[in-house]
Order: sequence, then structure tokens, then C-alpha cells
Amino acid sequence: MTAFRFTIDGVEIDAREGQTIMEAADEAGIYIPRLCDHEGLRHQGSCRVCTVKAGGRSVSACTQPAAAGQEVENETPHLGKLRRDLVEMLFHEGNHLCPICEASGNCELQAMAYRLDMTAPTKFPYLEPCRALDASHPDIALDRNRCISCGRCIRASQDVDGKGVFGYVGRGIHRHVGLSAEDLAGTDAKLADFAISPEVCPVGCIIRKRVGFATPIGEREFDKGLIGHEIEERRHE
Amino acid sequence: MVADAPNGNDITRTGFDPGAEWFAALHEEPNGIDSLTLQTHTSETAAVAEICGGFDNDPHRMLDILRQVQERYCWISPQAMRVIADLTGLTPIAVEGVASFYSFLSLSLRGRVTIRLCDDIIDRFSGLGAITEAFETGLGIKVGGTSANGAFSLEFTPCIGLCDQAPAAMVGDVVLTALTPQKASRIAEALKAGQSPEDLVSQRFGDLSPHERAERMVENNIRHAGAVLLGPVAADAGLRNGLDLSPPQIIDTVEASGLRGCGGAGFTTGRKWRMAATEQAERRFVICNADEGEPGTFKDRVLLTERPHLLIEGMTIAARAVGASQGIVYLRGEYVYLRDHIEAVLADRRARGLLGKAILGADGFDFDIRLQMGAGAYICGEEGALISSCEGLPGEPKTRPPYPVTRGYLGFPTVVNNAETFCHAARILDRGARWFSAMGCQGSHGTKLFSVSGDCLNPGIYELPYGQTVQELLEMAGAEDAAAVLVGGPSGTMIGRDTFHRRLCFDDLATGGAVVVFSHRRNILEIVEYYMSFFVHESCGYCTPCRVGNVFLQKAIGKFRDGKANPGDIDYLRDLSSTIIETSRCGLGMTSPNPILSTLENFPLVYSAMVKPTRDRIRDTFDIQSAIDGARKLARRRSHIFDRDFTE
Repeated sequence: MTAFRFTIDGVEIDAREGQTIMEAADEAGIYIPRLCDHEGLRHQGSCRVCTVKAGGRSVSACTQPAAAGQEVENETPHLGKLRRDLVEMLFHEGNHLCPICEASGNCELQAMAYRLDMTAPTKFPYLEPCRALDASHPDIALDRNRCISCGRCIRASQDVDGKGVFGYVGRGIHRHVGLSAEDLAGTDAKLADFAISPEVCPVGCIIRKRVGFATPIGEREFDKGLIGHEIEERRHE
Repeated sequence: MVADAPNGNDITRTGFDPGAEWFAALHEEPNGIDSLTLQTHTSETAAVAEICGGFDNDPHRMLDILRQVQERYCWISPQAMRVIADLTGLTPIAVEGVASFYSFLSLSLRGRVTIRLCDDIIDRFSGLGAITEAFETGLGIKVGGTSANGAFSLEFTPCIGLCDQAPAAMVGDVVLTALTPQKASRIAEALKAGQSPEDLVSQRFGDLSPHERAERMVENNIRHAGAVLLGPVAADAGLRNGLDLSPPQIIDTVEASGLRGCGGAGFTTGRKWRMAATEQAERRFVICNADEGEPGTFKDRVLLTERPHLLIEGMTIAARAVGASQGIVYLRGEYVYLRDHIEAVLADRRARGLLGKAILGADGFDFDIRLQMGAGAYICGEEGALISSCEGLPGEPKTRPPYPVTRGYLGFPTVVNNAETFCHAARILDRGARWFSAMGCQGSHGTKLFSVSGDCLNPGIYELPYGQTVQELLEMAGAEDAAAVLVGGPSGTMIGRDTFHRRLCFDDLATGGAVVVFSHRRNILEIVEYYMSFFVHESCGYCTPCRVGNVFLQKAIGKFRDGKANPGDIDYLRDLSSTIIETSRCGLGMTSPNPILSTLENFPLVYSAMVKPTRDRIRDTFDIQSAIDGARKLARRRSHIFDRDFTE
């Protein structure tokens, strides 16, 4: 495999043929914010939070192949602003009430908002959808008011579990994650599925029953460090 | 006292999960089904299986399968989806993903005949309101409804490519143009009396040739024929010349002509062909993009009607140039009335040895074409989405890179060109690169078809060399009253009188051909709001900025129209637009804010006249009444303060 180098924010990093910008950055300990991308899943490039500038053009770092000598911008004020807008859009598209959400502290959307300094009042209108809760399954509940359509559960179920419990249906603003049955109980979803594991759903949409608040608020994943810190720590190793 | 507090179930269902209905049906207990229903189910299963079998149970033909099921049963039932999933080896949710994506497919039972009124802004300005009323009264149903006896459904649909003879409508598989309220009432009466949509066109519809049917339904309105496409054309002269050339020589000729893609983006055609030709692959494909969906564009309609042989000839030449043996014509669902016509042309060419094995006797030159019908999705005009749609997937653009020329249809190198581009290519092979490149101007060679509609005396098709000014075109079209012209449709540019001297070419006003004229009587903000609602309707929803951002833009324009905008909202529009443009995944999101940005630029007073400073820092758009409405209904209480008519 051909090895080459390219730069992210002026820092030269190593890459191999076939790697995306994000894969190379992760290895080099440079964190590029992302929500729909998750290690072990197919890249989708839909949330657009990983937008970077490669040779001046906007591309999604999770899908864009790294290229020799390429100059990539990642942490610029302008990209930070674009990413903040995207995260705000996701907040406003659904119903995200952090103080009452079980995922608070473990939520990647919330953590991303902190990382991107989403501290001022937001300017977008709230779409306030009204989406059915699904508590039919003995071990799992779904609150799609918190879904950000990242599709990680879809890819995990399809590609890793080989099941196809979830899938996108509809178009445009009505596009959403649907189920292969009337409700979750009617599907073959199991607690042991990768799609149901806590790491796959970035928000509080897929909820594992009877384990809520086992870890108190204040001792949760993102209470300990900014999202992406694990990747950034690689750089100092 | 609020009498009808909705139960919890109703609340949770609101505005979400269109599939809920059929899932309920899917999971109905079998003991509740009587023998007749069982029988129906069995026969439906067999019929759906037969439809799937007709496509070899190939999941890539999902769109064709679903179209046929829809046509036969007037919906895609849960039962049908289960059968299709089983036979094609997909999960049921994957089948629902496709069925729920396209506007012409339905997950709830529709009427045997669907009447789709074209809801484009031109139709609205041409009296759509009165026509809608006439249909609603005549059929006894509202838009969105289906008649009780299951005979009719009435819907709105975006631009169906008939802006030059608006208002227009699709009735089943036929189209009706230049509607008036009287005509609409007569149509409704005739349909109710049991006439078929085809009867409305002609009582001897069955005796007419497909071309005659198309001509009977739709005027071509060719106002100016140029030298390349709409003037006299020697049949298959280009293809015959192409046989004497090697594939690289064909590509050299097309490249030397300066031909650029006519869909709007303007990529050099010869270069595209060369990239596909030089890619190592076992198979290659040539696809014609006849999914002309940009509101205000109808040039391909005329080419498909009057120059279908030239189009197929161009595709055949492209196939020879890149080494493809299979091609697809992707025809937008709205042009279903042209389906038989195109199929007849393909059959004729097969019979004459112009398609199929050893074309014109040339050993090893094998190429055939299938027609792929779309099903109501503007996004499928984007080449990646078009390929997805041909593959039986929801019409979602593909991740780029890889580009279609390296990995396109089914993963093979694919040339996707606009219908007009293929026609040009055939003519270039006939008359030579130099002949073609001598027309037009620097960087934009040859002629271009312009679809002119709106407030002008002579709406229709104008074939002109590139480089004419907008003013020149407006004079030809008799648009003396033009105050604003939308060049390139809503994803293009809206210009005002002071810039009518701008030129129609790639280096100035690039366009796929739509030129929509608005007189001073039209409300710019109404137009902009319409186009934003169009983009919201047509966004595929894949990426965040396009899915969500366009809804915010639409709402913001609504604020301006309601007079509730404050001065900061102008910056908000610009700011949000630039985020959408910079972060969207495909051309739809990269251009959807254009109606706003180009009118902000060229008609700034329209906006500034509508803003007023906010009083007391209160958000004017916040409506406490609607905000507390849900809670109020749950609590079964009304407000003493806000409900003026409150009585204990």
C-alpha cells in the first residue's frame, strides 16, 4: 500500500492509499468532529459535521479519500461555525431536552454542542416534531423525538448484525428511521445486537431498559473530557 | 371546554410515520380475516409474484416492480411489500424505503385514476386556484383526497414540464394542458361518467400512433429552430460516420467540438466520455438523463417528442465511443405519456439494425437500451441519484468520489448525459466538430434549447446559439413587460431589468435551459417562497443542511411575507444560505438557496420593504396560543386571558 503525507491545519500526517481524510486523521491523533460516522461502520457522510476544506473545497472528511500533498483545513473559525450550524439544525429538528434525557452526559450531540461552543441562544426555529414512543420491546425502548437520522443503527443492524431491523423511510424532512415491523417488539432486535449497544446510538433514542441512570450524571463519558479527547490523546502518546 | 381532546395515540401519530397504517394491516391477526379477504390476499400474492418474476426478481428493478404494483392495486400494500422483499431477497424495510421515497408510489390506497394538478408557480399564476376548485367540486373530493368509491384521487404535483401551456395536469397516464375552469369541470364530469383518461384525449386513442397521441396531448411550441437540433436533421448520418471512426477518434471529435453538458453543470462531454472509456472495467453503461425536473424546463419533452431517433443515435455513438453494450433512458414519471412513443422508437431501431447485435452490420458493435421510468422525484435529475434510482434504490445521490465515470451504475463506469447533449453529439458526428464549434461563443459552443415560459406572448422552445443576451431572447418571446427573469430555474439566477444585457452562456448566465419570465405584477417573495417549498418537498433528506436548513429558509421567507421579519433576518437568510451551500452533499443543497440569494442581490428593496424592527425584543413569530395548544387540550382548560369568548 502506498504511503504518503498530507497536512491538516498545517500539521503533516501520514496516510495510506485508500484511507479517508478522517481515518488518517484519527490515526494521527487529530480529531475531526463527526456524528453519523462510527468506527466499524460504513461511512455515510450524511450529518456533514465532519465538513473540512480540502484544497479549498468543502468535503466530508469521513468519505473523502486522503490525497498526497493535500492541504486540509479542520479547526478554523469558519468551519467551527458551519459545524455549529449543523449541530444546531439537528437540535432544532428533533426534541432535545438535555435535562430530562437519560443520555445526558453520554450524548454525542450534546457533547458536540459543548465542543463547538454552542453556548449562545440558537437562532433557528424549533420544528417540534411529535413522534411516537415505542416501548413495546421487553428490553429496549425507542424515543425517536431524539433521533438525529445518523443511521448508525441502520448500518450496524444491516452490516454487523445481518438483520435489517432499521431502515430509512420517507423523503426530505419526513425521512426517518423506520422499523421492519409495526413496533420494535415485532422485529428480531435483541439486546445483544451491535445496533442496540450503547456506543451505536449517539443520542438518547435507543434506550436500554432498566439500566438508566446506573451511572450518575457527573460521572458519565463526556463529563470526563471533551468528545474526541481519546483520539486527541493519541497524538501526545 | 375543549370537547375533543385527542387521545394519546393521535398525538403520537401526528405528522410522522406514514407507514403506520400498513404496518397495522400487516400485523392484523389472521383470524380476523374472512375467506374473501384471504382469497384476495392469495391472488394479490400471486399477481405481485408474477410482476416480480417479470423482472427476474431482480432487486435492481425495484422501481419497475413497485410502479407496476402501484398501477395494478393503486397502492403498495404491506402484503405486496412482504412478497416483493421475499422474492428479491431484500428486507421489508428496504422495500418500504423505496416505496416511501417516490411521490407516485403510495403506501395508502389511492383512487383508480389519480389526477395530479401541476402546482408550479406558473400554473398558480395561470389560474390554478379556479381549476382546483372546479376539480374539487366536480369530483367531490379535496386535494389530497380519494373519492369514497375508490375511483379518483386528487393531488398537487410540482412542475410537470408543461409551463408553456399551463395550467396543466396529469390524469392517469395522460396529460391535459391549457386548462380552464370550464374544461376542468367537463373533465371531472366525463371521468365520473366512466370515461377513461385516454378518452379525454381522443375517442379513438387506441387507433393513434404513440407520436400522434403525444402531439394530440401536448403542443411542441417550437418558436425558433436552430441549425443543430430542431432544423432539418439527416437520419443516423452521425452514427454512420461514427462507424468509420475509432472510439478514440469519436471522443476526439466530440471534445474538439467544445460540447458541454446541457443539463446545467456544463462538464465537457468529450472529457467525460474519455474518462469512462479509459477506466479498466468489464462493462460500461450509457445513461440518458431525461428526468427534466427543473421547474420551467421542458426542452427535453420536445426533443423526446420530435427528435427521439437523434437522441438514441447520440447514445449509440456514445456507447461505441466508451465501449458500452447497455444503455438506459431515464424518463421522468411525469413524462409517462411519452413512454410508448420512446418504446416504439427503440423497437423500430432494433428492427432496423440500429440497436441490438452488430449495429449496422459492424461486428462486435452491440448496444441496446432499456427505458427506466421515474416515479416523481426531482432529485433523480442529479446523476448519482439517477443511477441509484436505476438500481432500484431510493433516489439518493451517491458519495463522490468515486464519480459515475469510474464507478456508476452497478459499480461500472457510466456516462450520464442530458438528452440534449446526446442529440448534439449525434449532430457533431454528422456535421463535424468545426461546424459545431463555430456557433456560439468562446467557451460555450453550439446552440442551446431555451424553454421560455411565464409572462410572455410566445412561450415555448427557442434554439439559439450560446451568447445571446437575455434581452434578445425576451424580445423574441414577446416579453415586453418582463420585470424579473429566472434563468436556469430556481437553482439558477433571478435577474432584474438592469441586467437583461447579460449573456446566456457558461461564463455568464449558465443554464439548463429554463427561462421563466415574471412581469411587474408578480410578487417576488411569493415566487421565492414557492421555490423554497419546492426544494423542501424535493430534498431527499440524506444530509442535514439540505433536509433541515431548507425548511428554516422556507420559514424565514414566510416571516418576510407575513411582515414579521426584522432587519437582522436579512443577514440570517444570507448566513443560513451559505451554510447550506457549503455543507450540502449534492447539487440540490448547493443551489437551493439561490432563489433567496439572487433576489436579495437583485431585488434588495423587496426584502427591506418588508422588515421592521422588533418591539421590546419580543419575538414576533412566537405565538403563545399555538405553543400551549397541546397542553391546553390535554388539560381540558382554556385561557381566561387569550380566549376572549371564554365562558365557564
